[in-house]
Amino acid sequence: MASLNNGVESNVTQTQPLWLLAEITYRCPLHCAFCYNPTDYADYTKNELGTDEWIKVLRDARKLGALQLGISGGEPLLRDDIEDIVVEANHLGYYSNLITSGVGLTEKRIDAFKSGGLDHIQLSMHDITEEISNFVTDTSTFKLKQKVAAMIKDRGYPMVLNVVIHRYNIGHIKEILEMAEALGADYVELANTQYYGWSLINRNQLMPTKEQIDEAEKITNEFREYIGNKMKIFFVVPDYYAERPKKCMNGWGEVFMIVTANGDVLPCHSARVLPDMNFPNVTNNDLKEIWYDSTAFNKYRGDDWMKEPCRSCSEKENDLGGCRCQAFLLSGDAEAADPICTKSPHRHLIDQALEDSKNERLQAQPIIFRTDKNSKEIIQGEHKERLKDFKALP
Amino acid sequence: MNIEHGDVYKISPHHRFQWEEAQNCYVILFPEGMVKLNPSAGEILNLVDGKNTVLDVITSLKKKFKDAGDIDKDIISMFQFALEKAWITKD
Ligand code: SF4
Ligand code: SF4
Repeated sequence: MASLNNGVESNVTQTQPLWLLAEITYRCPLHCAFCYNPTDYADYTKNELGTDEWIKVLRDARKLGALQLGISGGEPLLRDDIEDIVVEANHLGYYSNLITSGVGLTEKRIDAFKSGGLDHIQLSMHDITEEISNFVTDTSTFKLKQKVAAMIKDRGYPMVLNVVIHRYNIGHIKEILEMAEALGADYVELANTQYYGWSLINRNQLMPTKEQIDEAEKITNEFREYIGNKMKIFFVVPDYYAERPKKCMNGWGEVFMIVTANGDVLPCHSARVLPDMNFPNVTNNDLKEIWYDSTAFNKYRGDDWMKEPCRSCSEKENDLGGCRCQAFLLSGDAEAADPICTKSPHRHLIDQALEDSKNERLQAQPIIFRTDKNSKEIIQGEHKERLKDFKALP
Repeated sequence: MNIEHGDVYKISPHHRFQWEEAQNCYVILFPEGMVKLNPSAGEILNLVDGKNTVLDVITSLKKKFKDAGDIDKDIISMFQFALEKAWITKD
């Protein structure tokens, strides 16, 4: 027998879309202040793919090697065909995950998901207080989420909670983790807000301070010690306070494939903001060609596209220059180093953002919630003063 | 935890172990993650079914890979590793 190498296969030679993320609808009953959906999503709520088209996507992606399927949105449960999609995913051998706010999850539906072979449900939670949970989602959904959590547990699903962290709940990390424990959570993702889409225009309102983040991380580590293996806690650090960017999506066109509600195929959630990109659509392109041959998927694959300081950087393997969308949104140049990097000539934009987030006048500006109305207004050119710092938002 | 010859393990709940044609290897799938297994690990976990004892696994792999020599230790350490990763649990 060959050496065991800890059991992990290492000689992966070519890219494969291991993760398929189906952003199956952009409709959503919630209006989260930190939503990463595009601010012009209202343009994409039309022309949703039908059930048969989704099933074809699932089949074609599976042939390319896709294994993990995330069904997200918007709120996927607004569609009534998730049951059929789940059954097909199970037949095809996907490990499938429904990413939901919980709104629309009934006893009947969860039973159908269970018998259809859905593997797990990831539920978003927001806070331990009803007040803040309802405030950041701009809805009254707190009690319902608690009920849904119990339902998920009751069906024997692994309990996966996702909590987006921002200034309004970062002071409650301990209580949030205790709530997760009480709900019997198996996995908790404490995801510090990443600033794209709606969260970007609400950045001054959402950004916590460095001290708050350090404290939150400390509390998380203490909780980890206490809880041990019973609950896995992921603490996703916010990149604004880091010195190097993250390897966005594990590399452009490396392992992630996102199919949006209308069938456009993207290498990352927010890629639509990038300039001069034409994203292929599943209704008139073959998925295999899209992944391997399309201009969109090859544009930032690897490191050929890089310019200085990334091109000659000794660390480029680690982060591949960071996030293209963040680079463009902040610097106006999609090929620039991610401004998070302290080697980037645009790092001052991040430092300025951190300063602005402490500015009481800016903090006091109202949050622009993710609503159809606000999205349409942004498309029509309103809210200019809140968008002017971001090169690419409509 | 010590791995004993008489122990019986199974794939952990919420984990799925399967052969993948497209990657030509066994994989383990679980919430938020997946691991592609190398051939040896795949062969071992393929026998972890809630019925075979650790000794059964060793015996059948020795039969299957006659030229492999003394693989007991490797197999035990793979069990150890999979247990630490929570891919398998004691039945
Ligand atoms: S973040 Fe909130 S508003 Fe955005 S899709 Fe998710 S639940 Fe809906
Ligand atoms: S210069 Fe570019 S490649 Fe080097 S660390 Fe910074 S972002 Fe990464």
